Amino acid sequence: MYEELSASRTRRTVTATARLLRALRLDGMLLAALVAVSAFGMFVLWSAVGNNTVLWINQLARLGIGFAVMVALARVPDRFFRMLAPAAYAAGIALLVLVAFAGDVGKGAQRWLDLGVIRFQPSEILKLAVPMMCAWYLYQRPLPPSAGAVAVVLAVLAVPVLLIAEQPDLGTALLVAAAGLIVLVMAGLSWAWLLGGVAVLGAAVPVLWHFLHDYQRQRVLTLLDPQSDALGAGYHIIQSQIAIGSGGVFGKGWTNGTQAQLEFLPERSTDFIFAVIGEELGLLGLLALLAGYLFIVGRSLYMATQCRDAYARLLAGSIALTFFVYVFVNAGMVTGLLPVVGVPLPLVSYGGTSFVTLMAGFGILMSLYSSRKLVG
Amino acid sequence: MRRVRIKDEALEQRIFLQRAMVATAVLVALVLLLAGRAFWLQVLQHTHYVELSQGNRARIEPLPPNRGILYDRAGRVLAENTPAYQLELVRERAGDLEETLARLGRFGLLEPEDVARVRQLVLSRRAFEAVPIRLQLDDETIARYAVHRHELPGVFLETRMARHYPYGPAGAHAMGYVGTISEDDLDRVDRERYFGTGVIGKTGVERAYEDQLLGAGGYREVLVNAEGRPVKGLTRAETQLRSRAPQAGRDLRLTIDIELQRVAEQAMAGRRGGVVALDPWNGDVLVFASLPSFDPNGFARGISRRDYLALTENPDQPLFNRVLRGTYPPGSTIKPVMALAGLEYEVVGPEDRIFCPGHFSLPNSRHRFRDWKREGHGTMDMEGAVMQSCDVYFYRLANTLGIERIHEAMSHMGFGQPTGIDVQGERGGIMPSPEWKRGAFARREQQVWFPGETVIVGIGQGYWTATLLQLAKSTTILATRGRHFRPRLVRALVDPATGAVEERPPQELPAVELARRENWETIVNAMVAVTSGPRGTAARAARGAAYSIAGKTGTAQVFSVGQTERYDEKTVAERLRDHALFVAFAPADDPRLVVAVLVENGGAGSAVAAPIARAVFDAYLLPKAD
Repeated sequence: MYEELSASRTRRTVTATARLLRALRLDGMLLAALVAVSAFGMFVLWSAVGNNTVLWINQLARLGIGFAVMVALARVPDRFFRMLAPAAYAAGIALLVLVAFAGDVGKGAQRWLDLGVIRFQPSEILKLAVPMMCAWYLYQRPLPPSAGAVAVVLAVLAVPVLLIAEQPDLGTALLVAAAGLIVLVMAGLSWAWLLGGVAVLGAAVPVLWHFLHDYQRQRVLTLLDPQSDALGAGYHIIQSQIAIGSGGVFGKGWTNGTQAQLEFLPERSTDFIFAVIGEELGLLGLLALLAGYLFIVGRSLYMATQCRDAYARLLAGSIALTFFVYVFVNAGMVTGLLPVVGVPLPLVSYGGTSFVTLMAGFGILMSLYSSRKLVG
Repeated sequence: MRRVRIKDEALEQRIFLQRAMVATAVLVALVLLLAGRAFWLQVLQHTHYVELSQGNRARIEPLPPNRGILYDRAGRVLAENTPAYQLELVRERAGDLEETLARLGRFGLLEPEDVARVRQLVLSRRAFEAVPIRLQLDDETIARYAVHRHELPGVFLETRMARHYPYGPAGAHAMGYVGTISEDDLDRVDRERYFGTGVIGKTGVERAYEDQLLGAGGYREVLVNAEGRPVKGLTRAETQLRSRAPQAGRDLRLTIDIELQRVAEQAMAGRRGGVVALDPWNGDVLVFASLPSFDPNGFARGISRRDYLALTENPDQPLFNRVLRGTYPPGSTIKPVMALAGLEYEVVGPEDRIFCPGHFSLPNSRHRFRDWKREGHGTMDMEGAVMQSCDVYFYRLANTLGIERIHEAMSHMGFGQPTGIDVQGERGGIMPSPEWKRGAFARREQQVWFPGETVIVGIGQGYWTATLLQLAKSTTILATRGRHFRPRLVRALVDPATGAVEERPPQELPAVELARRENWETIVNAMVAVTSGPRGTAARAARGAAYSIAGKTGTAQVFSVGQTERYDEKTVAERLRDHALFVAFAPADDPRLVVAVLVENGGAGSAVAAPIARAVFDAYLLPKAD
């Protein structure tokens, strides 16, 4: 009798939640996964910031802002993002140019724009504006894209990427480029072209090498042989691998990671937080996190396939896959598979801007998804 | 003609779906790659990385042992450990060592003369070791360090136990001192044992018993962050740290009587020389005074180069151990044993008389060996000759005995060889013989032994040199009538943890056996006459003593007086004056203490050296006033 009652109450709660989600135009599964991974991130962050309550509360506030932005954008009609694309792109480029002349220099790179109240990196806007612009352009043309269309998209891509790389912020430039290229690939860029492009890029490596800054070259060299500069650039890689490796299968226990707690691990709350997870929560912690990421990307990609037009599909697909690029670049760097590029671990690393951008992306994704044709 | 394409929604949707599936496959592959990488690091390479992280986080911090304490024979503390601040430098954390040294100099924490020494010391130790660079800081220096601390990376203020000698200079030459470990020291010791220890015994007992005094160092691993700062509060990590407790060194009970030592040093006040007092029945050294002395606390504190130079360049040579390393002509102090040799070889009897005209000449020689008493002593028997220290009697006796027999007899009395005292650095002096002379000189004509050289050996002059310790020890043989012991400064070792006492039994040496035992008494009686006879050379010094003293004065020539000159004390420069000597034991019939005194350039032994011995006897033998 009682059980029945409780069961019906549960049913009612579920129904109420579903109704609320629908009203808010949110996707329940994706939201749940985002909350779960963010919560996991906050849990790890407590240890990574050294039990610093102020920093932890700061991040919690950013989390709130991020989710609020997502909810807000999810309610925006999908056509709005389409109409907005050229304007957002133009504004982003303008700000990038502005930053090149009037930006603040931080850590040897000119990335920040000080608006008095907040400092932000205009390049963040382009993480979304670039795929929007690319999708907007391709959407108006028959797909797969013609050679001319590809050329235009590449040009649209090249301007912001080069501007950002010049700051220099290789990580963000890479992510922005990835976001645009993903749009192109998802639009049906022929495999032959794709492989050809990769080949050309490979051939261009020596030329690119010439344009890299010293510290960027150093990072690549250090990846190949971390011991060559054990106390300099190689230090990050060596220490993060020690942290992960010494964690073992079960980890040293939450807040018990000696590498992280004793500050051998640099940037432990930001770019290298993946190593903290590996050290304190072990292989199991890492696998759980990777599973969470995989679910988020998978769900997002599924949602993309359900969108009602090419613009929505392309933008949604780009948002989903760019998120994964984030994950792979960061995890690959921390585990020593990729060179050190300043890319935070999405949803987990301490820091506001990138988190808010990500959540904005998911908000747009949900908006696009909820405008799908419910009946094929 | 260009073909106009139109949008085909179904085619585009199909393409997107197809691409999404390829993307999913790539996605899964890349996640598997990451998982595989994590598996490689965390499972396959786990042990390797655990070791690396262990090495990262733990710093070994030495726990230096407490050095053994020195007590005198009455249990008074002669050397102890007191907490003191010291500056330590860790090379690997100093960054630019040269810059750090320069700053230490600029802030007045290191004297310019010491920089080179400290640099060498720091470079000789391992990079992560904390090397003490300045010991026992005073408040002002600590304050100066505090002000400049942030400019001195790798330099730390540490509280350590530091050596302190409460009696200061008293007995410093016997106890020795500890000082900063030098590179030379490190070559002769096991470096591991000195991990965290800044000082080492340099001389005296502190050096001879270094092994027992040092103890065993301990260590503990400290959890450190990447900057090397110790951290606390990570309980689980802390329990895995290793440590070993230090073991204190053994305490030593010395044979020195520090109060008696001070009496001797006060009696010597202002003079250069030495006083040795031995217990004739076990070899205990009760007084071991070499003057002027120095304050061993200066060395324990880490003596600056300037202060060290002041000590080494002092013309009075306070660092010179006159008791152990000063070799002097024994002078007339050996006349009793010379007389004993005459009796034993039966070349003279106690009652045999000779006439002393004030000089002696060998047959067929015009060279006159002069007596200290220009007008001569007149007719002398053995007792009179010893009492009045008649030179002519002993010139003649030596000539009759011959150098070979003298050498043999005096070797039995311990001359020409170290006494074997339990500290390093002792000299053996020279007991000359024709054989010795052949070895000592390079040129053939110098290797010949002349009869005249035998004659002056009869009064303890010529090539004969002895240490004050040898003189004291040879006198113990007379006091005990033949028995003697290896002199010792340490009686017992005590383990401070268990309280277990290890007594060091006296080391008796093969006794000197006489063919006629009454010869001992003849000699001792003559020595008693020295202090009690009407013309005894030490009669004035011994007047009024409540016990009988058997002694012998001596005056050792520092430079030779020409054949026709007279020795005039007043006109001879102070440094060229004779050394005053006195050896004695008391009470004569039941000897309890042997004392030997040397006063450099003191003039006559009777006037200067004997009263000092008297003061020591009084302090030791008479009941205390209070």
